[in-house]
Amino acid sequence: MTAQARPSKRYSVFALAKEALSWHMGWEKAWASPEPKKSYDAVIVGAGGHGLATAYYLGKNHGITNVAVIEKGWLGGGNTGRNTTIIRSNYLQDPSAAIYEKARSLYETLSQDLNYNVMFSPRGLLMLGQTHHEVRGYLRTVHANKIQGVETEWISPQKVKELVPIINIDGPRYPILGALYQARGGTARHDAVAWGYARACSAMGMDIIQQCEVKGVTSAGGVVTGIETTKGYIQTKKLGIVVAGHSGQVADMAGFRLPVEAVALQALVSEPIKPCMDVVVMANTVHGYMSQSDKGEMVIGGGTDGFNNFTQRGSFHHIEETLRALIETFPMISRLKMLRQWGGIVDMTGDRSPIISKTPLGNCFMNCGWGTGGFKAIPGSGWAMAELMAKGEPGPLAEEFSMWRFKEGRFIDESVAAGVAH
Amino acid sequence: MSTRLSKGGRLLDRSKALDFVFNGKRLKGYQGDTLASALLGNDQMLLGRSFKYHRPRGLVASGAEEPNALVHLGQGGRFEPNQRTTTTELYAGAELSSQNHWPSLEFDVGAVNNAFARFLVGGFYYKTFIHPRFAWKHVFEPVIRQSAGLGKAPKEADADHYEQAYDFCDVLIAGGGIAGLQAALVAGQAGKRVILLEQTPYWGGRAPVDGDVIDGRPAADWIAATVADLAKMPNVTLKTRCMAAGVYDHGYILAEERVADHTPGDGRPKKRLWRIRATRIVAATGALERPLSFAGNDIPGVMLASAVRDYVVNWAVSPGDRTVVVTNNDDAYRTAIALKEAGLAVPVILDARASANGPLPTKARAMGIRVEAGKAIAKVKGGKRVTGVAICLQAGEGAVLEEIACDAVAMSGGWSPVVHLWSHCGGKLLWDEAQAMFRPDATKPPTSHDGQALVYAVGAANGHLQATAILPDAAQGAAAAAGVTPSGVAAQAAPSDEAPLEPVWTMPQGAPIQLRSKMWLDYQNDVKVSDVQLAAREGYESVEHTKRYTTLGMATDQGKLSNINGLAVLAQSLNTDIPNVGTTTFRPPYTPVTLGALAGESRGEIFQPLRKTPINDWHLKHNAYMEPVGLWRRAYCYPKGGETHSQAVDREILAVRSGVGLLDASTLGKLIVKGPDAGRFLDMLYTNVMSNLGIGKCRYGLMCTEAGFLTDDGVVIRLDEDTWLCHTTTGGAERIHAHMEDWLQCEWWDWQVYTANVTEQYAQIAVAGPKARKVLEKLGGMDVSAETMPFMTFKEGTLAGLPVRVHRISFSGELSYEIAVPAGHGLALWEALMEAGQEHGIVAYGTEAMHVMRAEKGFIMMGDETDGTVIPQDLNLGWAISKKKADYLGKRGQERTYLASPDRWKLAGFETLDGSVIPDGAYILAPGVNANGQGNVQGRVTSTYYSPTLKKGIAMGLIKGGLSRMGDVVEFSAITGQPIKAKVVDPVFYDKEGEKQNG
Repeated sequence: MTAQARPSKRYSVFALAKEALSWHMGWEKAWASPEPKKSYDAVIVGAGGHGLATAYYLGKNHGITNVAVIEKGWLGGGNTGRNTTIIRSNYLQDPSAAIYEKARSLYETLSQDLNYNVMFSPRGLLMLGQTHHEVRGYLRTVHANKIQGVETEWISPQKVKELVPIINIDGPRYPILGALYQARGGTARHDAVAWGYARACSAMGMDIIQQCEVKGVTSAGGVVTGIETTKGYIQTKKLGIVVAGHSGQVADMAGFRLPVEAVALQALVSEPIKPCMDVVVMANTVHGYMSQSDKGEMVIGGGTDGFNNFTQRGSFHHIEETLRALIETFPMISRLKMLRQWGGIVDMTGDRSPIISKTPLGNCFMNCGWGTGGFKAIPGSGWAMAELMAKGEPGPLAEEFSMWRFKEGRFIDESVAAGVAH
Repeated sequence: MSTRLSKGGRLLDRSKALDFVFNGKRLKGYQGDTLASALLGNDQMLLGRSFKYHRPRGLVASGAEEPNALVHLGQGGRFEPNQRTTTTELYAGAELSSQNHWPSLEFDVGAVNNAFARFLVGGFYYKTFIHPRFAWKHVFEPVIRQSAGLGKAPKEADADHYEQAYDFCDVLIAGGGIAGLQAALVAGQAGKRVILLEQTPYWGGRAPVDGDVIDGRPAADWIAATVADLAKMPNVTLKTRCMAAGVYDHGYILAEERVADHTPGDGRPKKRLWRIRATRIVAATGALERPLSFAGNDIPGVMLASAVRDYVVNWAVSPGDRTVVVTNNDDAYRTAIALKEAGLAVPVILDARASANGPLPTKARAMGIRVEAGKAIAKVKGGKRVTGVAICLQAGEGAVLEEIACDAVAMSGGWSPVVHLWSHCGGKLLWDEAQAMFRPDATKPPTSHDGQALVYAVGAANGHLQATAILPDAAQGAAAAAGVTPSGVAAQAAPSDEAPLEPVWTMPQGAPIQLRSKMWLDYQNDVKVSDVQLAAREGYESVEHTKRYTTLGMATDQGKLSNINGLAVLAQSLNTDIPNVGTTTFRPPYTPVTLGALAGESRGEIFQPLRKTPINDWHLKHNAYMEPVGLWRRAYCYPKGGETHSQAVDREILAVRSGVGLLDASTLGKLIVKGPDAGRFLDMLYTNVMSNLGIGKCRYGLMCTEAGFLTDDGVVIRLDEDTWLCHTTTGGAERIHAHMEDWLQCEWWDWQVYTANVTEQYAQIAVAGPKARKVLEKLGGMDVSAETMPFMTFKEGTLAGLPVRVHRISFSGELSYEIAVPAGHGLALWEALMEAGQEHGIVAYGTEAMHVMRAEKGFIMMGDETDGTVIPQDLNLGWAISKKKADYLGKRGQERTYLASPDRWKLAGFETLDGSVIPDGAYILAPGVNANGQGNVQGRVTSTYYSPTLKKGIAMGLIKGGLSRMGDVVEFSAITGQPIKAKVVDPVFYDKEGEKQNG
């Protein structure tokens, strides 16, 4: 199994036409599924978007390709495959705006970089202002974004209505006073992001090892030496832990504790309908956000459950509140039907900002704490994590996201800008 | 053609004809019809177009699993897309139209996609549309979006209403077939509180159609008698038209009842969402028939054998005049027999098994039906309607042996138990090789709080397909769920021998790619056998990868028809067993639930609870512009004549500063903290000391989070030896109350402290302005003089005959009294004050005037000066932090290096050089850029207003260095135009010495 063929053919409309003539019998595997080698220069635990992007940029930016990405289940099967696919960078605090804007700008060319259509669609994103207080908060974001080099603007209720004809701007409770608008925010096809990175990593010779659970982390003299897995022991010079909801458990194997907790974030989709909403709308005062997928489903995000758990299951209570809010905002959705609901396990830090950090264990690096906002960050997160792993020290994108910031009180608190899920 | 038969139709009431419209055509059906049976009765087999290739599609099924026959229903505020015709009851005047085509159902331009189907394989879009970059958003995606989607979006708000209801029970039974009825009987007789839900309007499920005989009588008779028995039991609740949608943790069930779905506009709610807490759940949810995968299995006229039987027996509709039956099991022979008995032709039964010699095949042969064993369909002929089938050997590669003309095909690939409710909360499945089905693994049920099984699957849902086995299984399962030993004997069904099925995943077995690319698995999403094989070939090996890559099972039927066939094909492609592939996750709801029902009655003005102060109506009567503050509505200002809001605010401020004004401050949080340890508790909660506050005194206090950040502020008063009243911000009342209880219940559980939120028990009115005292004196009843009531004290007494507590506190910088009165007297006091103040030109002022006045005075406002990242020290509030106390919440946090750093941004005042107002949200610019290329900043504005008192812009903000920068000129960011120059000044702009408020 180890000598599996790596993907080498480019995707294009011509390749598609050519393969169609032979009934698509000639397509290669998108990624190889090898058995683990004895040792690697770097091992990344977690083949979600963040882990795969880390591996990709380790290879692309730093020339490190003797890399394995270990995955307990199937690649892209965690939060990468169960989010609401929103991409934006209209963050308030400098470190957040920097990394999310880096991610957003990488998304712009990701399909071309990976030769895999991740369907990034900068269709525009609105955050509604529905109280005077909220409006002041978003105006602050517009000022901050301008200084940070992130393009956002404040738009009038009339402009909101033009962009979103189905919206009700004169609701009886929270009439819409305007919106924070990021024209280059939007959505992408979440699974494709994981698959595209996986294919590109595999093509570089990296090993993506699915169905392989980490059972332990070994070290000598305070420096990581390898990991015990269900597919045997794997030596590595460097270890990156990128496992979202289960970060605490893997950190525990590596011998340190993390300031994160895991909760389920709720989401749902409606039955598909013809296009009726081209932009992404977030309504934080009433707690709900909605976009329409290319398939026509209304994709709806709710809140996080009020208790810690690891079940990737839907619960009802937040869904109810979310739908009340969204029916007020978009009265025409009332007769649509909920097709499917689910929950994803998100890891939350004390300031709701991520950790991209060295750890108490030498050459062991941590990337976690993306909370409810991880998907949009994937390329930027991978970029910053790869730099950290390659150089052993954080670059400017990761520097402020050290796990020791909680000890110093150096919070990167975004709750000012997004009180709810983001 | 499909027609209405002259006789039969056990669910029809032929005395009640119903007119309806489909695509503009007036058609006729009967009471008891579904939309599907009514359409079929009018020879309307073509009902819609598929998602991707826009292929013509007709009915496949007769129940919730229908993937094709979805229509637009209704008009205007009752327009609804994607209405499933098989589960929607016909009503008089129903207006239906077909979906996903242009310009018409018969001639759909989108069908051009079908011609390119060979290129548009599963996942094709990941491999193309990559260049040029801008084209995805501007060209490709809009085209894809327009051709995707199903029904049209509604345009109007929903004309119907919905309601929610709660119930609880010992045993909830989902499914009113014979298994559910038997289960209800057992649990009901055991004296348990039972709720039995059936999604259709009818009891009994499939048994009457299948011709079962129970306890020696026709199934229908046993069903009627059993329902009658159950109806007599006071502990049993029966509900039809009620679908158990999902099972959640701890026995929480959501169920959707269609109340007026079939009688629109009769005033009743369209749907009712039931939220039921059950100790145990019995899933008697039956099984669904699987299609067979042969080329052309999606052409209108190809239907499930059980559905064909349903339409003939239940609704007296023949899907075709000549129906070919194709099967891998004995059950489908019942369809052939039913068709024959209805006088319709069955040219042949194609049985993929090598032999077919059981009682049912024998009976079919005896009725003169040709039976061909070991045979298969090579290909279905036809476009918008089946015209015939080409027959081949199942064991071969599709060489055509014979063509047979027909206008319908009834197919059966075996049955899959409906395991959704079993699986929602984690019940595991096992693969039953003999029956080729996943069924519940009774050793791994979803568990309840006590570790015992939460769900018991019974009957067909548990893998028993024969009535003989279903009834005892249901009785046993129900007894277990009810926690009793089975008593009495379960009903007994007459045995009917059936030979085992033989799994058939593609037909014929060795079909070449040309045939496999025409074998539909997921009809709605156009996923074919070849697509799943392609996914496997490309390494999308996990069943979840295959699902997501091909969109198999992601359509509105959520894979009810397609999933098992799809995983079998995947398993074959991967050369492994089906159980190794596993299933995708079963997620709620079982069938789609209306969003309006999930939201319930909470819509419009009351979509969230609406909190009004006792003085609310007065504000509305006086033209107040109300703003939402949390769930409250507060008066922002009271425009008079043609005043703009800002003109009104300026007028109100000047009136207060020169005379007197009233503010409705009732929304301020009021929390009673009482008990022997109350003082000690408050000393931990607030940064300053509250335990030594004198009775009758007021003290301003700050609260921080554990991390050290300022979270709320307000005036604390001491009512008696062990009772304090803490005022919080309007938005903070519930949060701070919960914060208090969190600490009391989780950390200091042994402290004797009791808290109560009395926010709504009192109205509170601020009387502010130099004439405030005169107004109170005019009301009379208590001494409010400066001598007896100095600043920061309070007194209880009587004003205007009302019992009041008067506080000498001020948030405006003026001489001010805040008067609390029991809520019921709030309006009376307000009106009395207005009356008494008339001679002084009293005004009502709103929240915005309050904001401006507090900013003029340099008072901070939670949420403006604070944002969750600010500590009291940043706001020059060090005086309110006790140095004596060993500890308080936030103390340790504030000692951390970053919070103790001298470089923190601190509060100062700002005045622009030209008197203009600094824009909201502006930052103070600093030279250079940071390592990420972002502009450097050194502070930001937190409150910025035009001060009508000072006739210029004033602002507060945070700046590196704080008041030490006094006199510096700095630049604030502007969204457009040049940065704005402003001078750093003292943040107290008005009455620095406090002579007015203290006077």
